[in-house]
Amino acid sequence: MPKMVTLTIDNQQVSVPEGALVVDAARKIGIDIPVFCYHPKMEPVGMCRMCLVEIGRPIIDRATGQPVLDETGQPKIQFMPKLETGCTNSVSEGMVVLTRSEKALDGQRGTVEFLLTSHPLDCPICDKGGECPLQNLTMAHAADQSRFILDEKMKMDKHVPLGELIWLDRERCIQCARCIRFQDEIVGEPVIGFYNRGRATDIVTYSDPGFDSIFSGNTTDICPVGALTTSDFRFGARPWEMNQSASVCTQCPVGCNLTFNVRREAKAGGRYVVKRVMPRQNEQVNETWICDKGRFAAHHYTETPERLSTAPDTATLKQVADKLAAAKSDTVVLASGRLSNEDLFNLKKLADGLGGKALLYTHMGGGDAVAAYGLSAGSNLGELGKGDTILVVASDLHDEAPIWWLRLKAAAKRGATLIVANARAIALDHYATYVVRYAYGDEAQTVRGLPTKPKIGDALNGASNLVVFFGADGLGLDGSQALAGACAELVKDRTGKPNNGLVGVWPRVNDQGAWELGFRPSPDLAAELKGKTVYIAAADPAGDDPALADALKEAAFVIAQDILPTATTAAALVALPVLAYTEREGSYVSGERRVQRFYPAVPPRPGLKADYALTAEIARLAGIDLEGRSPLLVMNHLASETNAFADISYAKLAEVTEQWPIVSRGDLYYGGTSYENKQGLGAHLAVSDAKVAGAKVDALRPKEDELLAVPVSTVYDLGTTMTPSKLLSQRIGGPRVALHPAAAEKLGIHNGHPVTVRLNGWEARATAVFDESISTGVVLVYRSFGIPISAPTPVTIAVAEKA
Amino acid sequence: MAHLLLRHRDIENLADLAVYKKHGGFEALKKAVTSMQPEQVTEEVKASGLRGRGGAGFPTGVKWSFLPNNTWPHYVVANADESEPGTFKDREIMTFNPFQFLEGVAIACYAVGANEGYIYLRGEFWQIAHLLDEKIADMEKAGFLGEKLFGSDFSLKLYTHLGAGAYICGEETALLESLEGNRGQPRVRPPFPATYGLYGKPTVVNNVETIANLPLIVTEGATGFRKNGTDKSPGTKIFSLSGNINKPGNYELPLGATFRELIFTCGGGLPEGRKVKGIMPAGASSSIILVNDENFDKVMDTPMDYENVQNVGSMLGSASVIIIDDTHSMDWVISKTVHFFRHESCGKCTPCREGNFWMLNIIDRIGEGHATPRDVTLLKNVATQMQGKCLCALGEFATMAVVSAIERFPEDFTTRVKPA
Amino acid sequence: MSLVEKYPDEIKAVLAKYPPERKRSAVMPLLYMAMREEGFVTKQSMQEIADLLEISTTDVAAIIGFYTLYHDKKAGKYRMQVCNDLPCALRGADQFLESLCGNLGIKVGETTPDGLITVEAVMCLAACDKAPMFQIQSGSGLVYHENMTVDKTMELIDALRKGGVEVK
Repeated sequence: MPKMVTLTIDNQQVSVPEGALVVDAARKIGIDIPVFCYHPKMEPVGMCRMCLVEIGRPIIDRATGQPVLDETGQPKIQFMPKLETGCTNSVSEGMVVLTRSEKALDGQRGTVEFLLTSHPLDCPICDKGGECPLQNLTMAHAADQSRFILDEKMKMDKHVPLGELIWLDRERCIQCARCIRFQDEIVGEPVIGFYNRGRATDIVTYSDPGFDSIFSGNTTDICPVGALTTSDFRFGARPWEMNQSASVCTQCPVGCNLTFNVRREAKAGGRYVVKRVMPRQNEQVNETWICDKGRFAAHHYTETPERLSTAPDTATLKQVADKLAAAKSDTVVLASGRLSNEDLFNLKKLADGLGGKALLYTHMGGGDAVAAYGLSAGSNLGELGKGDTILVVASDLHDEAPIWWLRLKAAAKRGATLIVANARAIALDHYATYVVRYAYGDEAQTVRGLPTKPKIGDALNGASNLVVFFGADGLGLDGSQALAGACAELVKDRTGKPNNGLVGVWPRVNDQGAWELGFRPSPDLAAELKGKTVYIAAADPAGDDPALADALKEAAFVIAQDILPTATTAAALVALPVLAYTEREGSYVSGERRVQRFYPAVPPRPGLKADYALTAEIARLAGIDLEGRSPLLVMNHLASETNAFADISYAKLAEVTEQWPIVSRGDLYYGGTSYENKQGLGAHLAVSDAKVAGAKVDALRPKEDELLAVPVSTVYDLGTTMTPSKLLSQRIGGPRVALHPAAAEKLGIHNGHPVTVRLNGWEARATAVFDESISTGVVLVYRSFGIPISAPTPVTIAVAEKA
Repeated sequence: MAHLLLRHRDIENLADLAVYKKHGGFEALKKAVTSMQPEQVTEEVKASGLRGRGGAGFPTGVKWSFLPNNTWPHYVVANADESEPGTFKDREIMTFNPFQFLEGVAIACYAVGANEGYIYLRGEFWQIAHLLDEKIADMEKAGFLGEKLFGSDFSLKLYTHLGAGAYICGEETALLESLEGNRGQPRVRPPFPATYGLYGKPTVVNNVETIANLPLIVTEGATGFRKNGTDKSPGTKIFSLSGNINKPGNYELPLGATFRELIFTCGGGLPEGRKVKGIMPAGASSSIILVNDENFDKVMDTPMDYENVQNVGSMLGSASVIIIDDTHSMDWVISKTVHFFRHESCGKCTPCREGNFWMLNIIDRIGEGHATPRDVTLLKNVATQMQGKCLCALGEFATMAVVSAIERFPEDFTTRVKPA
Repeated sequence: MSLVEKYPDEIKAVLAKYPPERKRSAVMPLLYMAMREEGFVTKQSMQEIADLLEISTTDVAAIIGFYTLYHDKKAGKYRMQVCNDLPCALRGADQFLESLCGNLGIKVGETTPDGLITVEAVMCLAACDKAPMFQIQSGSGLVYHENMTVDKTMELIDALRKGGVEVK
């Protein structure tokens, strides 16, 4: 426990840990010292001079070391001659702070006036209007008449694109450097900076593309004025016109808490539309941040006009139910982790009721190991630090789970030992204490050898807390399952201890939930489908893999349930449209095994049902009784029947405890627009008794003069949930493969040139890029760009003929 | 009086190592390294009462003694960013008496246990940086820099580093930021460079002239050093005399010499018999001392040291004495100084960035004859609103000339404005 | 040609001045190097310096933008930077600057039609006792010219035009 220090702020006493800053101490007792440059998650810089306060300290008698007392027996306080910044002064015992004295207010007024001399005061057309700290402080402090002559204001560019995602209004910028410091300190991607100096200081980017960072959108939240805005929201709506609804991002397994801002619009035919996606504070999950993929792609796919929308009539549902009832144990339910727990639970119950199989559609295994040895209650990556060890194997977290990347980087900064093991160089290497490089195929073997390595072994064995992240970089189902097994060995003995365990870097938001509910992938999916009645939900096997498309042709009957039309819904005899997650309620399990609720943001499409309800209806018609009235009721069933969920209820998931820093949208202290979390922080699953499947893999090795293709992921791809986001399309690029320059030279391939890729009997065009960190025998093939690859496989690459 | 700092004025070719050596050069360094403990050197400097010549006048030995002995390495950085309008003394020392300065740097390094020293020169001192590089090489060749000096365990390397045009880099924390390869913006203090300096390590930053005094102190001892100057402001000081004066230039005088001595004896008085109207004793950062028939003698007989200059409403600073004669209006004078500060404000803190911008707007209005008396009041209000609010001293300095000009020379403003 | 190809030894010497993990310190000397040929820093050089020091191109640009002696745009071969700060102005620097510009037929900040001279007004250069004065900045460095008159300056410009004066 740190030493506590007691001080007095505006006649209120407060005790805070030694070293705390005056602004933070004040906020603890509800006193807002106004700030612009200060941000509770960044180093204080004392630039804006907004938080000027009077600070006094007890006079200490040099001889006795005791405070000098006045005639009333109170310590005599000596105030500093000048005003001090509350953001750079640490508290000390007996300190007296005056935040609202005439002198302090005069200083604060002065700063506001100085800022306004250069500020355009174009609040009526400013996106920040209504949630702007400068506007609030102007209303609170500024004189009603300006002493500055309007004609003497600096005229500057108001529409400067910093890349295609973020815009800068140079007139509005107050040079607080929050955005620059965020990119530097928190993200480590210093791609925006100040140019010029003095009054001419402005923000520039020299990266290509401009503002090249997948966290760029956060700068618009923490910008205390309307200088930085996002392309998708600028001039789109006023903050007070919009409703807020709590949600969870569906783009990766982190499960960032979101707020959707929604309003009805004439130009949308009077429908409700999501106007912007904002982070919702959850200090245990995403703090106050979200990545650009979440911000700019979270909802667009739910709004495309291509949505499947014709509600099935009763006859169709009856036909489906009859087919399933007839198929009995010849039923295969194939679902993906894009679905909620409630959906998956009902699908599983249906499969179980029929005696059929419930298969998880994924290229990554090991969720059973995470269920058994994953994180449990009380875990928070934000607490990892000195003495703790984090191992990341076979995952490019920056691209696959950006917020975990941020949080692990921060843990390393706090002193945690970060071990990064990967077959290629990745962004996290830069922050790693130890980097382990292995050959693709050696993942599990490498992990098994780590505990006996001299320094790394000590870090693993002697860690106060140990968290192991594993992914599927270069791996398919078998490889990742085997890797999970090897990783599990490292944390097995720590099961149930907070901040210890295994984390899967899943391709989808609720893969872990699916595993926890008993869904398992099949090692030979094509064989499973032949001759069966297949009920597919939220998966597109036909679109992903020609072999699976062929297998579906040989199925007895195919039902495809989805929100978007896919090759699979096209191939299915019955396609069932359902509601998107923005239109309904439910819950997901994150890779950290945290269950979190999402809520409807927009009204449901007429006639459509949520997956769990549609499945329940089909089940009922097939003679199986399933709950489908509300997700809460489904969760109640789920919890009573699933050990790991035993303590979970919708009420518990909606609980909120006080978080630090205190973020509330009206405050001056935080000055950002991340949403306060009023809808629930979620809860961890209990340790499960899941049985862990073993997996033995013979590492596929490239033979002499043969290349081996391995699948890897990148942040922006051509996946179905990404492509409808027009905004990010410029950053996605086309299909690409990476190979070692030496391997490329042999084939006469140049960096950036088109190549033909042949694998699994399939041929595709792609762009070749060089990666010096991989071996000459492998080719990285990026997933979700239309090249069918689910596991390592031999490949031939050749210079592409002119198209 | 023989020169102590501007010794090249008495000795030809002092920038030649052999000449410098012949005249006792490097004896101080040798004495310190071979016969004194580092702490003894610091104590001697403390006892000498040497005060920082960069402008603040902080006791040098005390500054050194703040360096903690549990964090290493330590660094010494010589502040050769001489940029205050009216100051041109360090340039003369480094150009013509470079070894006395470099020997001083070496002594400071020895005293604080630094094995590496940097000399941060303003970018415009490009030629001087090249000269110092040569002189450093000469010293290395002669064994006065490098490994195990004079057979001791003390090793030392010195490097020059060129700035690139930013007055703010004379502020020590901005200088360190610049040396680290960043934009030269001042840091919040505390922590001070003594505990958190270059690369986050304990660092001494001293002005060139301050450092040039060190060989004298080691050679002559504190008592010897104190033969010149006053009790509280001991030693000699180079006064850079400029503006409306017959013989501008650097003059080395004991601290406590009077304005009269500098302006009339050294500087030969004002051209064409014009009268002194104002004196800016600390360059553009000064409050302007009002001089008229009434107080002429009082001002002229004021001793120029860190204490007495305050008695005539200004400060000694870096002793860059700018003489303004009675043909100039003070609104023009402050238009020059505020133009300077607006240009040099780094932009980090609000009051300085916005205040200087605003002040110049008003001053321009006054200069163009568009202002009213209310604008003069506003100008003063803006200046006082900046005071005590800025992150570093630059913003504070910018207001000095403005406030003093309006208060002490009101008629220079009332005659320039239109009636309300 | 890249800077590393042009000045391999010099770059090594510059980097040796600073602790290996602090090579960002070398950004300022490297920028001077980058300006040697064209008198300004090209985008390519910015990128190269960034890569060399493991910082972002934006970081390098931010340095260029802060300091007045770095340029990222082409100007005259010689930048004639006249000090007209208070001490120099008290000794006639403003009049000097005005008549110099008049003689050259350009305004402050402009470049002579032959691309030889850009006249700029700058802040104090620490030569207040020798006003009027200016420095000439070119790719190859900075040289002071003190106690100047317009006639002397025009002679100097003529010599520069003929290439008769080595500014180094």
